[in-house]
Amino acid sequence: MSAETLSENSLAGDFWSGVRLSMPVVVASAPFAVLFGALAVDNGFSVLEAFLMSALVFGGASQMVGIQLFGQHVAPWLIVLSIFAVNFRHVLYSAGIGRRIAHWPVVCQALGYFILTDPQYAVAEARAQSGQTVGFAWYLGLGLPVYVFWVIESALGAVFGKLIPDTHALGIDFLLPIYFLGLVMGFRKRPLWLPVVVASACASIIAYKTVGSPWHVSIGAIAGVLLAVILPPHHSGVGERP
Amino acid sequence: MSTTFWIIIAGAIATYLTRIGGHLVISRFDNIHPRVEAGLNAVPAAVLTTLVAPELLNAGPAEWAALVVTAVVSLRGGLMSMFLAGTAVLIIARQFVG
Repeated sequence: MSAETLSENSLAGDFWSGVRLSMPVVVASAPFAVLFGALAVDNGFSVLEAFLMSALVFGGASQMVGIQLFGQHVAPWLIVLSIFAVNFRHVLYSAGIGRRIAHWPVVCQALGYFILTDPQYAVAEARAQSGQTVGFAWYLGLGLPVYVFWVIESALGAVFGKLIPDTHALGIDFLLPIYFLGLVMGFRKRPLWLPVVVASACASIIAYKTVGSPWHVSIGAIAGVLLAVILPPHHSGVGERP
Repeated sequence: MSTTFWIIIAGAIATYLTRIGGHLVISRFDNIHPRVEAGLNAVPAAVLTTLVAPELLNAGPAEWAALVVTAVVSLRGGLMSMFLAGTAVLIIARQFVG
């Protein structure tokens, strides 16, 4: 038994222990992947386009935002900007995880950042904080199944979405607002959450009535972010974090 | 190539920039200004709220019921349970009020 086979065995072991941890994420994201595919088709995407978006963007909430705006015929640059805005939180994950994976080859790092989703960050950061090394094989085992299932299920959802006859009775046209409300509520523990939500809601409704869609998205978002910037930092709890 | 295709490509590049950019840019600074950090923290709630709020203008009883139930369930459950609860209420309510 050479040292090489030993290390190959341990790499495979690392990979599979990552795969085991990925399973809850695969299960939890499955309905959203299928839903994304169905909604993408409902908003004017082809099956191939739905598949491509899942394969290339690989970010659930931002994909939902993208197709919602696409369905409203929002200007393309504003759709891309919105995808960027919804995904902007990854900047913080990226800054955080960088020191954990700095020992990987550059190509592996580049791939690692591509699959850096919310659960990927959370699970990898938890492993690092428990004192274990975040190896590439383990990280790939954690992320790859989520990616593969996400892409396949999106395509399946798009194929089946074409077969749904009455989207109104099934509520398909209103599923995204429900989903986004769920996401908004998920951030409710953040400092300034309620003032930001109220400011964004009021500004977006006023803008929707006056300037019109799609500008209500940018105007409402800027109102909420500006409020957080303008209020004294101690209100936002930024300085108090450990 | 269609517009949709370019939206997807640009969206993918924008997303990858957020995933690698934090490491490339922010890690070079020791500190982020607290006000910038407060603004960044507010981005998700601010953007997502604008996608829900205007829908309230056109919402009927079925849609309101679904959103209220979603919000209430969210106080206890996870994303999946609140989404399923809101969807169930929407579908059932629409059978009665269309």
